[in-house]
Amino acid sequence: MLNPDSVGRTFAGVDVITVTQEEINSFAAAIGEKNTSVAPPTFSIRISLREFESILTKPEIGLDWTRLVHGDQKFELFRPIVAGDSFTTSATIENYKIAAGNEIVTVRSDLFSGAEKVVSSWSTLVVRA
Amino acid sequence: MIEVGTTIPSHQFDIDRALLKQYADASGDHNPIHQDEAFAKSVGLPDVIAHGMLTMALAGKYISDWAGGPQNVKEFSARFTKPVIVPAGKSVDLTVSATVIEVTGTGVRLEISATSAGVKVLGMAKAFVEQGN
Repeated sequence: MLNPDSVGRTFAGVDVITVTQEEINSFAAAIGEKNTSVAPPTFSIRISLREFESILTKPEIGLDWTRLVHGDQKFELFRPIVAGDSFTTSATIENYKIAAGNEIVTVRSDLFSGAEKVVSSWSTLVVRA
Repeated sequence: MIEVGTTIPSHQFDIDRALLKQYADASGDHNPIHQDEAFAKSVGLPDVIAHGMLTMALAGKYISDWAGGPQNVKEFSARFTKPVIVPAGKSVDLTVSATVIEVTGTGVRLEISATSAGVKVLGMAKAFVEQGN
C-alpha cells in the first residue's frame, strides 16, 4: 500500500539525464518513425517511468510495482526533445485513491533543460487488487 | 480545408511479439507481461499483452505523420481501456483513426480512435497539434 503521507510530495531526480541519438533512433525505429531529428512525442516515458518506479517503490512509500498496470497517460510537450538534451527531473505524487480494492496513483514528471521546462507528463498507475 | 468534423484516413499498424521485444528495449520497459506468456497467464492475463505505451506511441506516429512531424505534437493523452493481446506467432492489428474536434488560432485538437481485433483499446484519446511547421 502506498503511504498516504507521500501524496503531494515532489522528488527531485538524483541524476542529470542526457538523451542520446541512439536512444531516439531505437525508439523511432520501434514505431516506424523515420524522422529522428527530434524524439517521438511519447519518448519521455523512457525517462519518467523509470523515475516513478524508483520513487514509488522506496520502502517509505511502498507501492507494489509487480501488480502494476498503466491506467492513463498525458503529455504536454513545450518543445521536442533532441539528442544532447540534458534534463534535470522532478516527480510529484499528485493523487491517490483506492477503488474496488485497486490502488490508483497519479504521478507527474517534469523535465527541465536549465530553467526551461521541456515536457510535463502524467501517469495514472493502478495496482490491481 | 480542416474544420471540426474532418476525419483523417485510418492507418493499420501490425503488432507481433518481435515488436514487443523491440519496444521493450527501446523504452526500457521490460515488464514480463509483455514478453513471457507463462508469466502473463500467472498474473491473470489471457496471453502476452502489448505495452499500453506502445499502443500510444504508434498512435503518436499516426498523429505525427498527419501533423507534419513529431515536433508539431503539443499535447497527447489517452486511457488504456483494454489490452492489445498478442498471441505467439501471430500479428495483430492496431487500427488508428482520428477526427478534428476543435480548430484554434494555433492548431487543431483531434479525437483519436484505436482498436485491435475490433476492440477499442484507447479511450479518451486526444491530441493537440500545430500543423505544418
